[in-house]
Amino acid sequence: MQSRLPIIVFAAVMAAIPFVPGMPPFWIVLLDNIGLAALVAMGLVLLTGVGGLTSFGQAAFVGFGAYTTAVLSTAYGLSPWLTLPLSLLVSGSLAVLLGLITVRLSGHYLPLGTLAWGLGLFYLFSKLEFLGRNDGISAIPPLSIGTFKMLSPGSIYYAIWVAVVLSALLTMNLLDSRTGRAIRALRRGHVAAEAFGVHTPRAKLLVFIHAAVLAGLSGWLYAHLQRAVNPTPFGAQAGIEYLFIAVVGGAGYVWGGVLGAAIVVVLKEVLQSYLPLILPGSGQVETIVFGIMLVALLQLAPGGLWPWLMSFLPERTGGKKPDTSLKLEQRPRTLSRSSILLQVDKARKQFGGVVAVNNVSFDVQAREIVALIGPNGAGKSTTFNLITGVLSATSGSVSVLGKKVDKAPPQEIVKLGISRTFQHVKLVPDMTVLENVAIGAHLRGHSGPIASMLRLDRADEARLLAEAARQIERVGLADQMHQLAGSLSLGQQRIVEIARALCVDPMLLLLDEPAAGLRHMEKQQLAKLLRDLRDGGMSVLLVEHDMGFVMNLADRIVVLDFGTKIAEGTPATIKTNPEVIKAYLGVAA
Amino acid sequence: MNTTIMLFLVQDGITNGAIYALLGLALVLVFAVTRVILIPQGEFVTYGALTYATLAAGQMPGTAKLALALGIGAFAFDLFVARKALHGRLIVRSALTNIVLPAIVLALTVYFAAQKPPVAVSIALSLVIVAMIGLYLYRVAFQPLAHTSVLVLLIASVGVHLALQGLGLLFFGAEGQRGPAVLSGAFTAGSLRFTGQSLTVYGITIAFIVALWLFFGLTLYGKALRATAVNRLGARLVGIRTTLSGQIAFLLASVIGALSGIMIVPITTLYYDSGFLIGLKGFVAAIIGGLVSYPLTAAAALVVGLVEAFSSFYASNYKEVIVFMLLIPVLLLRSLAAPAVEEEKD
Repeated sequence: MQSRLPIIVFAAVMAAIPFVPGMPPFWIVLLDNIGLAALVAMGLVLLTGVGGLTSFGQAAFVGFGAYTTAVLSTAYGLSPWLTLPLSLLVSGSLAVLLGLITVRLSGHYLPLGTLAWGLGLFYLFSKLEFLGRNDGISAIPPLSIGTFKMLSPGSIYYAIWVAVVLSALLTMNLLDSRTGRAIRALRRGHVAAEAFGVHTPRAKLLVFIHAAVLAGLSGWLYAHLQRAVNPTPFGAQAGIEYLFIAVVGGAGYVWGGVLGAAIVVVLKEVLQSYLPLILPGSGQVETIVFGIMLVALLQLAPGGLWPWLMSFLPERTGGKKPDTSLKLEQRPRTLSRSSILLQVDKARKQFGGVVAVNNVSFDVQAREIVALIGPNGAGKSTTFNLITGVLSATSGSVSVLGKKVDKAPPQEIVKLGISRTFQHVKLVPDMTVLENVAIGAHLRGHSGPIASMLRLDRADEARLLAEAARQIERVGLADQMHQLAGSLSLGQQRIVEIARALCVDPMLLLLDEPAAGLRHMEKQQLAKLLRDLRDGGMSVLLVEHDMGFVMNLADRIVVLDFGTKIAEGTPATIKTNPEVIKAYLGVAA
Repeated sequence: MNTTIMLFLVQDGITNGAIYALLGLALVLVFAVTRVILIPQGEFVTYGALTYATLAAGQMPGTAKLALALGIGAFAFDLFVARKALHGRLIVRSALTNIVLPAIVLALTVYFAAQKPPVAVSIALSLVIVAMIGLYLYRVAFQPLAHTSVLVLLIASVGVHLALQGLGLLFFGAEGQRGPAVLSGAFTAGSLRFTGQSLTVYGITIAFIVALWLFFGLTLYGKALRATAVNRLGARLVGIRTTLSGQIAFLLASVIGALSGIMIVPITTLYYDSGFLIGLKGFVAAIIGGLVSYPLTAAAALVVGLVEAFSSFYASNYKEVIVFMLLIPVLLLRSLAAPAVEEEKD
């Protein structure tokens, strides 16, 4: 594969470095440290840059990895190779424990929470008797293969960089998969992802564990490189530094983590060795410079250095078009014309004293286009949110095919074959149209994170992308398939949302103002598409303000005003209904 | 445990809690107005305390020079931002607040430091110096980032903390210091001994809480600050200068920090890096208050102080572990009580 070439070159260069004649041993030590920091930063890239969860506590996981192997290989004499899986296991399972709490934290509570347990764990490391308190544990055995002991920084160098390159590969594989798309959607908020069946707390926990295991690996290597551990490198300061590394490199990019590690480790070294010459007698000048540089960096290049470097490379040409002959299993459609698909019965939603939806009842039958209209603030979008499980009704009920789904979360609603678009477009702007649309097919794929990392998901993945490509062609955006979603016009983004919703293979499509921002021709195309969908067996419920569009398209219209249903009927009867005219024009007809 | 020890612990907890309450209030204030989670609040504490102690010992504190340096930086930022439309009044005003003021204070500091100033003068100088540092810091570090996300501001805040702590070591050295009592004398009630110092702590804390409450509830500036907190753009549209709001918030926070420092430095020895932990405990309180509620923050701060006092008696080794782990269930409750509204992040 083309994208693998730079990695192979990178691996070859790293492998050759120790053989360069006259390479100062100290540089190898630096490279070891860069590799160790890069591992942690890579986890943070996934956690913070991609998943949007900022952690100040990663150093604690490095500590777990390091202390696990330190205790087991000194007090119990286990071989370091045996302690490797155990170190990863300890970091991973503690990540589950801390993660279960942490990922429930919202907004800025989350980084603060990580800061809190990061500090707490640091004090714990330095107080526990069996971890050697502040002195730590020394005389840790080196890594060895047969009789070859990795005592020098030069010999453990390979172990470290093999770990870095492998982790980078696995992490990138993970990002480029069904699970990866779910993770990348996290940063944009959870409503859109959940509407397509992504279990967001689980996805967050997954990145949390991934980052912790990488940190644990770094800790394990650190313990066998230093052959001694003490609490200092696992404190809050170190946790902050890891975050700094990720931000410097570019928090959204796996290789940004490696780049950031290289820059920060070298910089620290330079500062530590040269600053005392300029400002003699002061111990902590490098932290001053460090802090100032962090602020300056955020002001000048908040995206980090990796994307800045990459912008010098020639632009990637569009990706390969997926093979659309591959098919996903479809939902059986056995409904007759008159059966009721969706029944909303006296649904009511109150926000404090405001009644947004007031005992509204209507239904949607199979193969029918129903429009929900009404002036601004009539409660149309709230009704959508009640149906799709984003909000739960104060009273009343919503049933799908006769089954009540009042308290069901969005992930369950979408499983029933109800998919939606949003009034305010919720796409991931830095993902391609194809990837965005493929999120819609999330529930129709099966590969988990481990399979994705090991690339065992390719057959599954090809089918998902094929489905996505097919739906993109269906809505007429085939030419934009490989563009970033954020680069499209707002009207086109709405159409992308429709393609994403179609990927669910829905029985009922909920469209929130699909025609807003479209030109006349595009509206006609959209109307044709929706009619074709209906004739193919799908039902559509749409909210729309363009009356011409609605009147020509809908089979039936439901009119809301101030949360109350004031009329229902065919377009012809609605047009002449005095209540409706009064609601829209404010005068009695 | 007998009642005497318990009462003693309670008293100790309340004294510390009062300080945490003040710091918590400052953190809430700054966060509400600027969305900055002010990690360097602790540095304001140590700067205030150690500047006071250094002055009282008749030496020259480095913070006065830092204020001037930051002021020059702020002046440069002002000029740079206004480079397209420079006019005389703006330059003069910026130069007066950013250069002339710290220069005068520096001169005063040099003058007084040489002759062991009285307590009141030391306090006044320390407060002014730290207040200026807070003000210019906002201009230099945070104002250019004012439009970014809470997260970017948080990372910047960590950067500022690192720089200030490093500078603290440079100015005050690694040795701890104590300052003279603000109010000497003591009296006993039953088995408890109240020092003038601890009474000062209580008094100032209560005064500040009331003052902040009045400020935000009754004054136009206070209301403007609250408006900025709710909606930056909206506040600007109705003519509130949001940068001014940020400056006022930082000014208040740095004064509160410095005052807290000056109040505790006669009781406890402070080191250049003590502020971080003290600030963080104020933080725990502020977060319990949800970063929005002043009275809840004050109450929570007392709880933090008490937990700390009692855990240092029962499990002194795990004092910090307990205090910080206290935060996790609180954060969890907070998150569950107010589930995240869909946040549109960049």
